[in-house]
Amino acid sequence: MQYMLLIYTDDTTEPAPGTAEFGTYMQRYMEFTQEVKDKGLFVAGDALEKVNTATTVRVRKNEVDTTDGPFAETKEVLGGYYLLDCKDLDQAIEYAAKIPAAELGSIEIRPVMVFD
Amino acid sequence: MHYALLIYQAEGLWEALSAAEQEALLGKHGALQEHTKQQGTFGAAVKLTPSATAITVNKEGGKVTVTDGPFSETKEVLAGFYVFQCDTLEQAIDYAERIPHIQAGKVEIRPIAFSDSRALLV
Amino acid sequence: MVIVDPAQAVIAQTVKHEWGRLYASLVKYLNDFDLAEEVLQEALVAALEHWPGEGVPASPRAWLLQTARRKAIDRIRRRRNFAAKAAELEVLLELERQEGEMTTDDTFPDERLKLVFTCCHPALGEQARVALTLRTLGGLTTTEIARAFLLPETTLAQRLVRAKRKIKAANIPYKVPDPDQWQERLSSVLAVIYLIFNEGYTATQGGSLTREELCGEAIRLGQLLTRLLQGEPEAAGLLALMLLHDSRREARVDGHGGYLTLEQQDRDRWDRGRIRAGITYLDTALSLRRPGPYQIQAAISAVHARAAAFADTDWHEITLLYDKLYELQPSPVIKLNAAVAHSFHRGAAAGLRALEQLQTELHRYQPYHAARADMLKRVGATEAAIEAYKSAIQLSSNQVERDYLERQLRKAAGRGGQS
Repeated sequence: MQYMLLIYTDDTTEPAPGTAEFGTYMQRYMEFTQEVKDKGLFVAGDALEKVNTATTVRVRKNEVDTTDGPFAETKEVLGGYYLLDCKDLDQAIEYAAKIPAAELGSIEIRPVMVFD
Repeated sequence: MHYALLIYQAEGLWEALSAAEQEALLGKHGALQEHTKQQGTFGAAVKLTPSATAITVNKEGGKVTVTDGPFSETKEVLAGFYVFQCDTLEQAIDYAERIPHIQAGKVEIRPIAFSDSRALLV
Repeated sequence: MVIVDPAQAVIAQTVKHEWGRLYASLVKYLNDFDLAEEVLQEALVAALEHWPGEGVPASPRAWLLQTARRKAIDRIRRRRNFAAKAAELEVLLELERQEGEMTTDDTFPDERLKLVFTCCHPALGEQARVALTLRTLGGLTTTEIARAFLLPETTLAQRLVRAKRKIKAANIPYKVPDPDQWQERLSSVLAVIYLIFNEGYTATQGGSLTREELCGEAIRLGQLLTRLLQGEPEAAGLLALMLLHDSRREARVDGHGGYLTLEQQDRDRWDRGRIRAGITYLDTALSLRRPGPYQIQAAISAVHARAAAFADTDWHEITLLYDKLYELQPSPVIKLNAAVAHSFHRGAAAGLRALEQLQTELHRYQPYHAARADMLKRVGATEAAIEAYKSAIQLSSNQVERDYLERQLRKAAGRGGQS
């Protein structure tokens, strides 16, 4: 079963590039990615650019409405995700807790829809 | 450059559709996927289950806490997303307009900083 | 209803005592909470049809399990497109394979530990955990649970449906948790049971009968867990705590339903059987030498239970226990309780000094003002005591408590008038 691990963090509390903490933080991410790949759980994973690069698009009555910024202004925003193939929710929780951002923000777990 | 097209919509919208409407919606998704695969820009497509099935995990001082429900209670929730390889933001917006959910919900476009996905190597 | 037929009496008994065990086994075979419930209900209907005429089988629970499993096979076969779903087909084949091996043996494996961990999984909302535990393990009907929690039946039914849907959609496993998740999951299970108990014990409204059933149900679940988890001192600690609290249930209220404090209670009305049982479980737990919050709270309750009169209470022991509890669970409410114990051990003035440091954190908390009022009254500061009682009354949300505080206020004011 595939689970989406959505990473929500506050941009301002994450280690900034150029600092020593940033190096360790990224190192832990790489180790995590390697671990889920080695275990055969990894399906996909992406890190998004900072939320100030976001654009939101809506179509209402065939009119396209494009606005600057994310869909909702929240302190913590979606920063990236991992898509993992886990045997059950407990395994997904086990790996969610290993994502470095779990200690700064929150990891939301959502099962991926299966059409059958 | 890769872009994530995040689909946000009111909870329950999909469930409220009739079987025929769901079919039509899936048809439009199928067409978009077909189109982008032909163009060689398709990266990934993911549809999430309703946010009622969500749980949120936090870790503080080594202690893991698990709570019921999505990370934040908003009217519109993340329903799924696409990843496309686009030359410009304009192209990403063009794809966003083809996502059928945009009629009722919203699509947030975010450039991808870096990716580990096998899916993106296609 | 008057039960005249012995077969019906056996069915009623079996439902009361075996529902959870049967349900747990069926979920194990079927991997489906809804289907398990439906076929168990059908098996009970079948028992009502067959047992009065044909006699009660040697093992009623084995009969019910076997019948329910056959009903499940029928249902899965009947589902039109079952062939398309590999998972269901697998379940069916496994059921049919086992059907050949099934005996009417009474000793089938007990799967209730898996059931309790799934029902109390933190991915479910707290209220959903409570409802699901009572429904699946306790065998209470939706109507009974709704009545006990003073909720409309449709709300409660909805809550159960949503919880079962989430178990299936998010694939919450049906298993005993792994060692690294054990502590968090166990504390969730214990918290659910204690929540059920407290809902019944701190009855603020509603019929007292249904509330007592909740206490009884929580104690039954605590006994089950203590049996299934013999190496876990906190499980036995929780059971001890519930039994010791419950021993005072009768003595807590006067003839008019008014609340009585430990000091005012007639200790002859304490249930000695429950106290003995509670202390036995507590001793078993403590002998494992891994203290925890439930064991310490039970130990505090046991100090009260051992005192023949309020004046004989070993307050020194109680203050030491609260200090220990605070180490494990640093919370201002525990400090408040420690201050009350301190006021009986070293005097009300000492208690008031201990309260001072809690003022900022607890000034919106009713028991803080009630405790302060009592201590002020004891040192003779009547005016200040009256003010503190008024603050407590303002913050009180329940009638029984408010009545009690108003009586105390009148007493304090009366004494003030005489002096």
